This record gives sequence, structure tokens and C-alpha cells, in this order.
Amino acid sequence: MTELLEKATGTVRKVRPTWPVVLLGVAAVILLLAVLREITGAQDVASSGTVRAAIRAAMPIALAGLGGLWSERSGVVNIGLEGMMIMGTFGAGWAGYQWGMWAGVAFALLFGAIAGGLHAIATVGFGVDHIVSGVAINVIALGAGQYLAGLAFTGKQGGGPTQSPPVEPMSTFDIPGISNLAQTLESKHWFFVSDLGAIVLGLTSRLTPLVIGGLLLFVLTWWVLWRTTFGLRVRSCGESPEAAESLGVNVYFYKYVAVIISGALAGLAGAFLVNDSTVYREGQTGGRGYIGLAAMIFGNWRPGGLLAGSSLFGYTDALRLRSGGESVHALVLLLAVLLLFYAIYMLRTRRSQALASVALAVGLLAIFVLTDEIAGDFTGMTPYLTTLLVLALFSQRLRMPKADGQVYRKGSAG
Amino acid sequence: MRFDVRRAALTLAAPLLAIIFAVLVTSLVLAVAGDPVGEVWSTIFSKPKPRNIVNIINSGSVLYLSALAVAVGFRMNLFNIGVDGQYRLAAFVAAYVAGEAWLPGKLNVVFSIVVAIAVGAIWAGIAGLLRVTRGVSEVISTIMLNSIATYLVAYLLRQVSAKGTNNIHTNDIPVSSQLAGFKIVPDAPIAVYTLSLLAVVAAVFYWLLLNRTVFGFNLRATGQSESAAVASGVNVKKMIIVSMLISGGIAGLIGMPLLFGDSYNYGLTFQTGLGFAGIAVALLGRNNPIGIAFAALLFAFLNEQSNALQLTAGVSNDIVNIMQGVIVLSVVVAYEVVRRYNNAAEQRRVAAQLESTRQPEEVAA
Repeated sequence: MTELLEKATGTVRKVRPTWPVVLLGVAAVILLLAVLREITGAQDVASSGTVRAAIRAAMPIALAGLGGLWSERSGVVNIGLEGMMIMGTFGAGWAGYQWGMWAGVAFALLFGAIAGGLHAIATVGFGVDHIVSGVAINVIALGAGQYLAGLAFTGKQGGGPTQSPPVEPMSTFDIPGISNLAQTLESKHWFFVSDLGAIVLGLTSRLTPLVIGGLLLFVLTWWVLWRTTFGLRVRSCGESPEAAESLGVNVYFYKYVAVIISGALAGLAGAFLVNDSTVYREGQTGGRGYIGLAAMIFGNWRPGGLLAGSSLFGYTDALRLRSGGESVHALVLLLAVLLLFYAIYMLRTRRSQALASVALAVGLLAIFVLTDEIAGDFTGMTPYLTTLLVLALFSQRLRMPKADGQVYRKGSAG
Repeated sequence: MRFDVRRAALTLAAPLLAIIFAVLVTSLVLAVAGDPVGEVWSTIFSKPKPRNIVNIINSGSVLYLSALAVAVGFRMNLFNIGVDGQYRLAAFVAAYVAGEAWLPGKLNVVFSIVVAIAVGAIWAGIAGLLRVTRGVSEVISTIMLNSIATYLVAYLLRQVSAKGTNNIHTNDIPVSSQLAGFKIVPDAPIAVYTLSLLAVVAAVFYWLLLNRTVFGFNLRATGQSESAAVASGVNVKKMIIVSMLISGGIAGLIGMPLLFGDSYNYGLTFQTGLGFAGIAVALLGRNNPIGIAFAALLFAFLNEQSNALQLTAGVSNDIVNIMQGVIVLSVVVAYEVVRRYNNAAEQRRVAAQLESTRQPEEVAA
């Protein structure tokens, strides 16, 4: 069905990656990291600790991005993700410290969904510009979060106007068998094998139900949106609402549902942050809603790509935390080499791009050679710079839902 | 003509209705939360003291500049969310330049302002360049550039500050370059920033640019219909770059009144977040230079008057953020409703006219 739809709109430009290709790609990335670790001696480039930190950093972004995916697949741009996430952190903190983290998750979903509902009423019901409404929601949610936190947490044991009392986090668990084997492998420091072991260990140990649940939501989203009638209708609202309406699809209904789900997912991303830091704190989201949006665009409005984008972001963010100066220094080398490869790839078709890439690569190489490590403030920039660079390289291959961001009025199909 | 009067009335009715609606929603929130509703409003709508009036003018003019920077982009459907990063980076570099005092007295001020405009324009220009050459949405790139600016300023600030001290800031501007301000409000212990005048200058520039130049015409045309603009020979790529440069240049001015009238250096306490407030103000003022002035004064008024809330009513002044957000959202909803109503009325009117001109013919036949 998907292929048919995309063939009909004539937008398929390249073959969708198959499983062997994806696996080969993953192996290539691990090999690259192993080589990088050997050359630069920066052990944290591929360690289980980094992978674990990367998951922690990537999950909230991925969930916010998944919220963006639902909304934009139905044709509504959602820049209010940040605000919906703030509502989620407040909900998780408020319910979490009183009745436990599971209640926190429930309220995060609820509060996020309410903010999503507001966005839906403004954009779908009243036809307000999507970005304008999103910005307004961010302003309201910021104020609401601070005001409500001041009311709910002031004077409570361990809490204050900007912070909730501590929340009992969810217990963690290992996947037995695999994690033990992986741990043995990582400790051997064998080339490639130990790197693989480190990554597997990071992926299978000290997991929380929220990580597993979040990943399941990705599978579920893919299945619902690309394998069910409901999902086809949601996507048809994002591609061509007029056509959908002419086929009897209630466009408003599907848009409302998708945007409310979007808010709930952003709220869940907030709950993840609260569980992770065991407390609600003012300014906790730190722009992750926006980065989720960028990760979704990077992922070409598809769940798999979004997950890859969030992982990239989470990884660069984790490196900063794990002996940042040294690790990011190593990353500069990797980036320079990748840019050189890109330049070679582009040499035949686009001379000017290739030259720009080479210039950038030479600059990065110079930084790598002339310094021993990267200053703290610059390692903090890494995730944002990476996102910008990646978008600059790949934006033109992306295809957003055709009617994304356009205001649709019922009956305009005629 | 009578139709136009009604139309103008409707346009004015929208923001008024939005403010009333926002007051109702905020009251509801306060009531549900168990805070004293009456005392909150009596505090906010009490007569401002001379000192408060000066503060309102000062922060209003700064908000005005911020909103104008956003509005330039809005007029051609460009969303410059990066005003925040642009003005912080520009204010930092300008503060450094002014603090080094390479030029004497007032020349130093002028030079620093030029530098601020240039830095703001360059930072915004990156987003413009990425948009036209690489197709990166300016919404995303400016958000990323905001974060990058935060780290960049933090790094540079540490480089230029005196080593071994805790007061991290650029060198103080020499006294000869500090501006005393205008004592236009009687009995006020503080003065209106001299560089509040920049808001007036920028307003005139904005109005002339948009309404009296070919560039402004093209800009508005591109904003209303890109395909029509392209068909009439507008180079949209060039327009995007130039608009971003202008937007960033105005953004560079935002920090100047504060820098030369109050803080005299750029440090960790320099006011942040003005760029985001500017988006809301621009939306409320409908990108119109006069509308934005009212919106900026309203926001500044609410901010200033809410400072006393904690003392008089025991309510956190965060409530004002909720109110401002609700105003923005309800005002755009109101404009949309009014627009639809006008369209429908226009259609009815035209239909009625057609009907009345056709009828006699039929009778005659």
C-alpha cells in the first residue's frame, strides 16, 4: 500500500534499505568506532558506559520526535513539542512524588495530551498557523509549569518552587545471559569484538521499563501508521486532505487524534527525564522538544530514521559527558574523515559541494592536530553542530508529508 | 468606505477580545488554584509608580526591537526563532568592543552598535544561507544556532574575563561612552535609556523599508504568494538571505539600550530570553509597527506590574507568562475568526450586488 501511494505521487527516489543493508551499516559504524578508538586511544568513544549514557540522552529526544512524527504525518507541524514536554515533566513530578513513577507516567501522558489537544483546537479547529500556535503553547506551558510547580511543590519536603520532592525512579534490570557474555567481551579489549561487546552490554544492562516501552512505541507507531487502515487515513490527511475527504475520511477527526497522541508522546518524553533525574526541575527539558523535531526531520518523517537521528544526537551528547574533551577530540577526526569520503562521493556530480566538504574537513583536521582536547563549551555545542551539519548534508533528500503545515478547512475539497 | 470602517473596528476588536479572554482564563486558573483573584488584578492594574513607568518604557523599547526583528521575517513567511541567540552574541561582541574602547566617547558607542548589527546579521545569515543553499528549514537551524550561541558566548566570555576572579564579564565600558539617559518621567529615580531611541529609528526604518521601497514590496509579495512573486521576477533566494540579514541586524540592536544604559558590560546576568518574548509581541502586534508598539508596551506593563504580586497577593508572577501565552494564542484565533467572517461577508456582499445588478436585466427581458 505504501509503495503504491508513493509510486502514485512519484516521489520515490531511492530504494528503501533492506535488513542486510541496515545490519551491514551497523557493523560498519562499529568498525569505524573500533578503528577510531585504536587510533586516538579515546576509550570512551565505544564503551558500555557511553552507550548507556547515549540511550539516556537519546530516549527523550526520540519520544518527542515520535510525537512530532504523529502530528506531522497528519499534516500538523508541531513546534509546541517543547511545551508539551514541559507539561509532561510537571505531571510526572507532581504525580510521581506522591504515588510513584507509574502514576507519574500516566499524568505525564495526560498533561501532554491536554497541551496537544490545545494545539489541535487552534490549528485544526480554528485554522491558526501551526508554528504560531506551537510558539504560543510553548509560552503558555512554560508559564504553567512554573506557576503550577510553585503551587504544588513549595514547602514540601525536599521540594521548592523550582523543584519537586524526589521521585522514586523505576527499578532497572539486565537481560540475563546476553549482558554477562557482553561484559566478558568488553573487558578483553579485543579490536572490534570488544567494541561490539561494549555496545551490546550498554543496550542490555541497567534498562528501565521506560526504555523498553519507548522502543515498543516505535514499533507500534510504525505498525499503526504503515500497516493499518487507521494509519493510512492519518497519513492521507498529511499528504492530501482534500483527496482524503473526498473518500469519506473525517480529516478533522484524524488530525485531532494524531495531534493529541503527539502531545501524549511528548509528555512521556518529559516523564523519561523526570525518571532519569528522579526529580522535576525547572528548565529540565532544555530544548529537547526542538531537537526531537530536528531528529524527526533528519529521519525523513519515518520512525527508523528518527531513531537513528536521535541515537546520533544521544551519542554525541553522551560523549560530552564521558571524558568529553578527549572523546569529542576523537570525534573531530571521525567527522573530518567522513567529510572527505563524502567529498569523494560528490566529486563527479557536484564539484562545489565536494570542495566545500574538503575545506571543512581540512579545518577539522587542523583542529584535531593542533589541539589535545576540545574545551568544555565546545563539547556542549557538539550535538547542535552535528544536527546542523547533518541537516545541511541531507536536507535535500528529505520529503516531508505533502500537506504538512498547511491549514485545511473542512469542505474546501468542493 | 463604511465597510472599511467596520473592518477596522473588527481588527481592533480582535486583540481586545483576546485580552479579555486571557483575563478570564487567568482568573479561572487562579481561582482553581485557590489564589486570590481580586488582589492579583488590583495589583496588576494599579497605577504604576514613576519608577515603574520608566521600567515599562525601557523594557517596552527593548521588546519592540526584538519583535521588529521577528516581524521582518514574518512578513515573508520566514520564521526567525534565532533572534534570541543573535542578540546575545551581538550584545556580547559589542560589549567587548565597547569595553576595549578603541575609539573615544560617543564614537565608541556608534562603532559598537555597528558591530552589534553586523554580528546579529551574520549569525542570522548563516541560517539564511543554509536555507537557500542546502534547504535546511530556518526554524530548525535558528533553534540550533541559539544553543550554539549560548555555548559560544560562554566560552568567549571566559576567554575575555579577568583570570582568577569570579565576576565573569567583559570590561566595563569607559564612563565617557556610558549614556545617562533621559529623565522624562518626573519624580522617577531612574532614567529612560538613551538608546530606547533605537526603537524609534528601527520603527521608521521598518516602515520605510516595507512600504516605500521595491525591496519591501517584493518582500511582502513573497510573503503573500511565493509563486506569484517568482512569476513576477523576484529572486526569492536573494530575498531570503537579505531578509535574514535585516532581521538579524535589528536583533543585534536589542541588547544595546541595556548595555549602554544599565549594565555597562556583558556578564552572566545579562538579560536573556528577549528573543522569544519578541515572537509573542510580533504576533500580537500583527507585524505592524504601530501594533507592535502597543503589544510591546502591554507585555512590558504586565511584566513590570506583576513583580509586586508575590508581595501583595502572595502569588508567583509566573502567572503573567500564562496570561501572555493565552493572549497570543487567543489573538491569533480571533484574527482568524475575523478573517473568515470578513471573507464570508465579502462573498455575501458581492453576491448581493451581482444579484441586484442582474435583476433589472431579467425584468427588462
